[in-house]
Amino acid sequence: MPQRLFRLLVSLFFLPLSIQLAEAAQVQEVVLDNGLKILLLEDHKSPAVTFQVWYRVGGRNEKDGKSGLAHFLEHMMFKGTPTTKPEEYSRIIAKNGGRSNAFTSSDVTVYFATMSREKIAIELELEADRMANALLGDTYFEPEKKVIQEERRLRTEDNPASALSEVASAVAFTIHPYRRPVVGWMQDILNLTRQDLVDFYKLYYAPNNAYIVVVGDFSSEEILAKIKAAFGKIPRGAEPPEVRAEEPEQRGERRVNFKKEAELPFHLLFYHAPNLKSPDSFALDLLSVVLAGGRSSRLYHELVYQKRLVRGVDADYGGMSIDPMGFSISAQLLPGIEPANVEREIDRQLEKVKSGLISERELQKAKNQVEAAFVFAQDSIFGQAMKIGSYEAAGGWRQMDNYLDGIRKVTREDIRRVAKQYLDRDRRTAGTLIPTKSP
Amino acid sequence: MTRLRITLVVFCTAMLCASSVPAGMAPKRSVLSNGLVLLTSEQRALPMVSIELLIDAGSRYDGAKQEGLANLTTKLLRYGTKQRTALQINETLDFLGASLEAGGGEDVASISVTILKKDLATGLALLAEILTSSSFPQAEIDRQKQEIIASIKAREEDPNAVAQKTFTAALFPASPYGRLVEGSEASVKTLQQTSLKEFFARYYRPNRSIMAVVGDVSEQEITQGLNKAFQGWSKGEPSGQPLVPTKIGAPHVLRVNKDLTQANIVLGHNGVTRGNPDYYAIQVMNYILGGGGFSSRVMDSIRNERGLAYSVHSFFSAEKSHGTFQFVMQTKNETAQDAIRLAIEEISRIREQPVSEQELNDAKDYLIGSFPLRFDTNHKVASFLAQVEFFQLGLDYPDRYSDLIRKVTREEVQRVAKQYLEPEKLITVIVGNQQKVGEKK
Repeated sequence: MPQRLFRLLVSLFFLPLSIQLAEAAQVQEVVLDNGLKILLLEDHKSPAVTFQVWYRVGGRNEKDGKSGLAHFLEHMMFKGTPTTKPEEYSRIIAKNGGRSNAFTSSDVTVYFATMSREKIAIELELEADRMANALLGDTYFEPEKKVIQEERRLRTEDNPASALSEVASAVAFTIHPYRRPVVGWMQDILNLTRQDLVDFYKLYYAPNNAYIVVVGDFSSEEILAKIKAAFGKIPRGAEPPEVRAEEPEQRGERRVNFKKEAELPFHLLFYHAPNLKSPDSFALDLLSVVLAGGRSSRLYHELVYQKRLVRGVDADYGGMSIDPMGFSISAQLLPGIEPANVEREIDRQLEKVKSGLISERELQKAKNQVEAAFVFAQDSIFGQAMKIGSYEAAGGWRQMDNYLDGIRKVTREDIRRVAKQYLDRDRRTAGTLIPTKSP
Repeated sequence: MTRLRITLVVFCTAMLCASSVPAGMAPKRSVLSNGLVLLTSEQRALPMVSIELLIDAGSRYDGAKQEGLANLTTKLLRYGTKQRTALQINETLDFLGASLEAGGGEDVASISVTILKKDLATGLALLAEILTSSSFPQAEIDRQKQEIIASIKAREEDPNAVAQKTFTAALFPASPYGRLVEGSEASVKTLQQTSLKEFFARYYRPNRSIMAVVGDVSEQEITQGLNKAFQGWSKGEPSGQPLVPTKIGAPHVLRVNKDLTQANIVLGHNGVTRGNPDYYAIQVMNYILGGGGFSSRVMDSIRNERGLAYSVHSFFSAEKSHGTFQFVMQTKNETAQDAIRLAIEEISRIREQPVSEQELNDAKDYLIGSFPLRFDTNHKVASFLAQVEFFQLGLDYPDRYSDLIRKVTREEVQRVAKQYLEPEKLITVIVGNQQKVGEKK
């Protein structure tokens, strides 16, 4: 089922730091006069091309009371231009054998299609058209607002873990816009107007605030010519305002309880941590693997296997973000287990990595997992394009070059140091889903 | 100790011609002397190998009062062999950065492996060890039972999963296809170690299995590798034919009350098997009705025009012995009855009026044009090849697919709509806040 938006939870979107994809060396960068950056990676192993337009705008750029605006606009971008009828975009791509969709995150809004080499020019033309000429038609505004409310109900309100995560983010961040859900608060969605969308579109949808990522079976020379012809004529826009919000240092643990009809409790710990611009990002990435990468990892072994407290446990380092995000640990509990016991056991395990050194073999194992994932992830052209695009959003695609090297240089002492520095109780938010039953 | 060498008898090697779609798949098929069907596709772009193994050992073989036996057996595969403990297996796989996951289905159990080329021999040896000498330690059985019972509970939190479970139970009463493969909390608790060992010894046999290997390895290399690693895996009783569900549930409305903001709705009835000659016409018809993502009629009517749902779609799930038709959507409780009415209207419309020439062509163009995109990773190619063998579609299936779709006519679309969509037989499941959902308007 195609989904127009994946409300990208921190854990989903930022997972890829440990799943490295493309070799940066092969990426070709071209910048057009209007500021549009183009990143190309030829990969001829399967007969398809994925074409993605990334706008440097997401939930992060919204104002209080207007949450969900970037995402709403993403939906309305499918409502046509003077030359393409509403919803016609998806039909044109489909009847040419392509698959298309879009998503919005805190940092970016991305439109993409995967098609054969012969057909990809169709996608390219349509994307150029809606970059400049989207109508955001009035007639479609109210029905689409209802669709978005249904989306929020589906993804957040009726999904216990996701609902908890939304509230926990709102507590973990006080100033920074990462505190707001990308889909928007329900009341904000209701209050948004068509004029909000029009203004937002004018401000952020311009070639100088976007970049294109193309990966797959194409000739760079040919596709560049087509991209230049289609996008080159779109005028540069005004420079969009910068987001300067900075989350102040957290001083003291925060706690959130969330009650909802559910079967099993869910527990999460969110620690503020730097993003990939910090040299510590490599060690944080490996730390997440040491803690929860595979069944022999520390948290899995202790909590799932030995002590039988939880069904599964995740550790995610969210380094791939424009502003510092965090490091989170989350678990769904087995029936009858108290969240406090789970938290105590997680703390006990974290204490061990903070006070002692992991073994040489453990470090090597984590590095092997990262390197294998690096190879496996190159199997998908879509995945490679996502990787290049995510790096470009967060800190520039050239940072990909440093990744494996950075990982290889991490020492056991680095792991201990970053665990101590960032997995600090005073900088964390603990969230608990407390299941209730229908009356 | 001398190792016995298996003689590999190649019954048939069907290689696709160069013009095949997708061009680079070039699958080969052979049957090893122990009966294992091997499918290979050499893909040298990356130093990795993906393996998909299907074993005719699904939950349909659960005995009476043994619901969940097949699934528990599958789950335990990586939790101990005569040579290694679960911890040693985990450590081995994690150190290689490899994955080996086993899952249970109704018809087959499956094992998926992803591994670097340099570690392939180690991976094959481990896979062989698991398939020939899993030991089912009692402590591991207890752990997995606890996890399965928790997963049954967790499923209750997912409204769509609750709706699916309720629907299949109503459609296929007293059939393995109407139950969860996990079994129930009560049945899982009673499963015994001896039953697991017997199930494993009886059903996990090479002549009941299909293995697809895709990646940086030639057919010859993989055959030699299997030759070495799988010498101890011997033939058992041959595969059985999946049973056809004997009883089909009568149409009715089932409500599950939960404190939710949305009603999760499944409308559906009995479907077709994968071998049904009308399968391709049905795919075209369903694409137009509700399978075609943003291009489908119900997406237009229920989502785009009225904003009643974010997700709305229909599908025919076609298995060897049975199948279902399902129409799935979520809408706020208060509009559930409206959405159901619209869904039934669309089902009736496609039965009563011919689809337009444009709709037909758009559907065909998508199905044919997007076909190669279904195999854009090694893992997807491996699953596809295993399915092609399981459903006996023939290795020339990718070549024939375009024609199978292209020849579908408007008349056929209407005929299959009339024949296979049966509004009077719909079972309706509504999971949501029933007070707000209310009665049919």
